[in-house]
Amino acid sequence: MSNYGIVIVSHSANIAQGIYDLIQEVAKDVSITYVGGTEEGGIGTSFETASQAMESNSAENLLAFYDLGSAKMNLEMAIEFTTKEVEVFDVPVVEGTYTAAALLQAGVDLDTVKAQLAEMKLNK
Amino acid sequence: MDLQTSIKWMELFNEKVQANKALLIELDTPIGDSDHGSNMSRGMQHVIEALEAKAPESAADLLKTVAMQLLSKVGGASGPLYGSAFLNMSKAEHQGLSIAEVVKEGLAGIQKRGKAEVGEKTMVDVWSPVVADLEANSLTVESVKAAVEATKDTKATKGRASYVGDRSIGHIDPGSYSSGLLFEAMIEAGVI
Repeated sequence: MSNYGIVIVSHSANIAQGIYDLIQEVAKDVSITYVGGTEEGGIGTSFETASQAMESNSAENLLAFYDLGSAKMNLEMAIEFTTKEVEVFDVPVVEGTYTAAALLQAGVDLDTVKAQLAEMKLNK
Repeated sequence: MDLQTSIKWMELFNEKVQANKALLIELDTPIGDSDHGSNMSRGMQHVIEALEAKAPESAADLLKTVAMQLLSKVGGASGPLYGSAFLNMSKAEHQGLSIAEVVKEGLAGIQKRGKAEVGEKTMVDVWSPVVADLEANSLTVESVKAAVEATKDTKATKGRASYVGDRSIGHIDPGSYSSGLLFEAMIEAGVI
């Protein structure tokens, strides 16, 4: 297993599930956890579900990806309450997550992964 | 801050949020995702239940309970934003700071979380003038309402409303409206 895991937080269960389906094809050995939507099954994000997605990941070092702004705020809030090392990336959620997953699976070092992601940065 | 006064503050805030739930949803519909009213309503319901289940020992203790409930029960952007605000206010209250300083710390929490500045059509546009008025000892219900109303003519450049750009002009920002309710409740409860 890679030392680094991936966390996906989306407003929609289908988006989160879809990204997971897409990337697990190319990253079978990367620990990926995801959450989409609210606990009641609606659209949205929350601090608690973002926390759960982080804590249930088997890796201690996490790269986190999200769709819209409030997902980021909940991720950052959750980071304040976790002992894990987590970095949030402001990149397109599908392409960014895919890039990170594929590179981690290939055993690429973290700095190189980050450099690749930096090129995709969005103002989001 | 006196404990009983702070309890009164939160009770009044809850009443206002519940009474304005439909309006908050309506404000959030053209420029957001229509969830602000129901999210805040649910969050404040949990706040009141938590305060009834375990009586707070101090105003700082109360503010912390409010923070944790809003953080975990509101969701969306408002959960972490209000949660960060109340968490900071609790810490400031614990240090025995003045109400102006307490609210200023709350604003700092919101800005740290949301990275918004004044003029971007967010709750910062209400919290910031409220802090200035508290420092000048001139905060009134009217000045709170004026700050909320002023968000109407602003174009959103932060938050969900920024996705609709110029179309956000002409609508009051929902987070500013609920913040206005918080500060009206603060004045009515006799916190200042």
